[in-house]
Amino acid sequence: MLEVKDLAVSYGRVQAVKGISFTVEQGQIVSLLGTNGAGKTTTLRTISGLLRPTSGEVLFEGKRIDTVPAHQIVTLGIAHSPEGRRLFPRMSVEDNLLLGAYTRRDAAGIREDLDRAYALFPVLGERRGQAAGLFSGGEQQMLAIARAMMSRPRLLMLDEPSMGLSPIMTTTIMNTIAELKASGTTILLVEQNAQAALALSDRGYVLEVGAITLSDTGAALLEDDRVRRTYLGVD
Amino acid sequence: MDLLIQQLINGLSLGALYALIAVGYTVVYGIVQLINFAHGEVFMMGAFGSYTTWMLMGSPTNLSIGVALGLVLPAMILGGVLVSVGTALLMERFAYRPLRNAPRLAPLISAIGLSIGLQEAVRLFYGQIPGFPDSRRAIPFPVIEGLTGRSIQVGGVTIQHSAIFTLGALLICAALLWWFVNKTRMGRAMQATSQDADTARLMGINVDKAIATAFAVGAALAAVAGVAHGLRYNNIDFQMGFMAGMKAFTAAVLGGIGNINGAVVGGLVLGIVEAMATTYIPGQFGSSAWKDVWAFAILILVLVFRPQGLLGAKVVDRA
Repeated sequence: MLEVKDLAVSYGRVQAVKGISFTVEQGQIVSLLGTNGAGKTTTLRTISGLLRPTSGEVLFEGKRIDTVPAHQIVTLGIAHSPEGRRLFPRMSVEDNLLLGAYTRRDAAGIREDLDRAYALFPVLGERRGQAAGLFSGGEQQMLAIARAMMSRPRLLMLDEPSMGLSPIMTTTIMNTIAELKASGTTILLVEQNAQAALALSDRGYVLEVGAITLSDTGAALLEDDRVRRTYLGVD
Repeated sequence: MDLLIQQLINGLSLGALYALIAVGYTVVYGIVQLINFAHGEVFMMGAFGSYTTWMLMGSPTNLSIGVALGLVLPAMILGGVLVSVGTALLMERFAYRPLRNAPRLAPLISAIGLSIGLQEAVRLFYGQIPGFPDSRRAIPFPVIEGLTGRSIQVGGVTIQHSAIFTLGALLICAALLWWFVNKTRMGRAMQATSQDADTARLMGINVDKAIATAFAVGAALAAVAGVAHGLRYNNIDFQMGFMAGMKAFTAAVLGGIGNINGAVVGGLVLGIVEAMATTYIPGQFGSSAWKDVWAFAILILVLVFRPQGLLGAKVVDRA
């Protein structure tokens, strides 16, 4: 579904991503793991068109998308829930969700999806008129995921959905991600919480300073010694 | 008492003029954090656009009130709006968009250059059009039957028809603007862009288009202000945008730059302060020569003691 080939991205003279390749198959959850500065967020922002690669290609459903303007990516079927959630803080929950559906014109379908989001996250439904900035971190993360789903994406990219959340809230969010997969959404997940991410993932890629150093199935990576030592804190 | 009410009304109508212009500063600042110092010239172009429309209609005079208010004035407003919006869109496209990622100072200098350039262009070339008046000096604004020079008396208070026009225009424009920003898809896109442009892109919003729309909206209101100015002062000139622009900028800062309601409140408050200062401050300090001093003293006081403005500019609070 998504194919990234020899992707390199630079900020000025600093090369943040140094020629990485990976694929995401339809129906899978694929994780990109790594420490801060490994290039995970840069990779997602490049797929979304917010950044341009210096070389390499991004293909979605067989078509190159690395020259498509950022605002047209979502219409292709890719939604990106960015790092730090990045809600529109002064706008209401409902307006945030409607912005998630910005490219759609089917009022009835949008209404239906709003109701579905409120059913999935009742707290959002109860406080739909309140400004998004007033919600707790976990609630904001729910809203960020719900907002991304409002475009009815085929590929959902989530950047650090567990960042700053309590262990209980992290579990809730991870369960939600599993549910989204079960309902047919393909997911590209960036996480620092390797344990939680790998437990869900069909496949994982480990990034270190802009290069992929390891890739395997989620289950195999959970057992891998290097991953256990570096990312899971197990000796 | 009559004097107080009279000055309150004078202040409100002057303030409405400032408010119509101030909205343009604030919507553009809200979305790109740029003070468009050429916005005063967008207002001036609106006034000249409406005058040009009147000329193109064959400079009609001695009309019935119905034709003047029902046909000629709306056509002049429409013509002014088209010229202002066109000017603002060209500005945004060619002077500001290429500098969007440049240091803050670059678009500011670009704005000042545009401001001088537009003034000079009107001064030098407008009068060169065959049959058009000399634009190096003030041009008498067309007489609109039923508006120009007419007033009503309420007790001891005189209310100019042009004041009613200006206040009515502000009311209508503010209501339309509120509806546009809060209830339309493009309005929501503008709000999203002003809060977080990159994330707006991820939602599928064409950020360039949202920014251009903000310029266009501000320009449309400035054009209405241009007509209101012509009706109030009975003439227009190539420099009219300078002082009006500075006052409106002051109003926008007073209300809280970036905040649309703030621009309206700031405009009205500034107008009232000016009107009151010329009436109640004794001696030469209360003379009309000093009214600009009081207006800008307010700007300085606000910047020192309440830099977020009266209504408190919406602080950037990223979730």
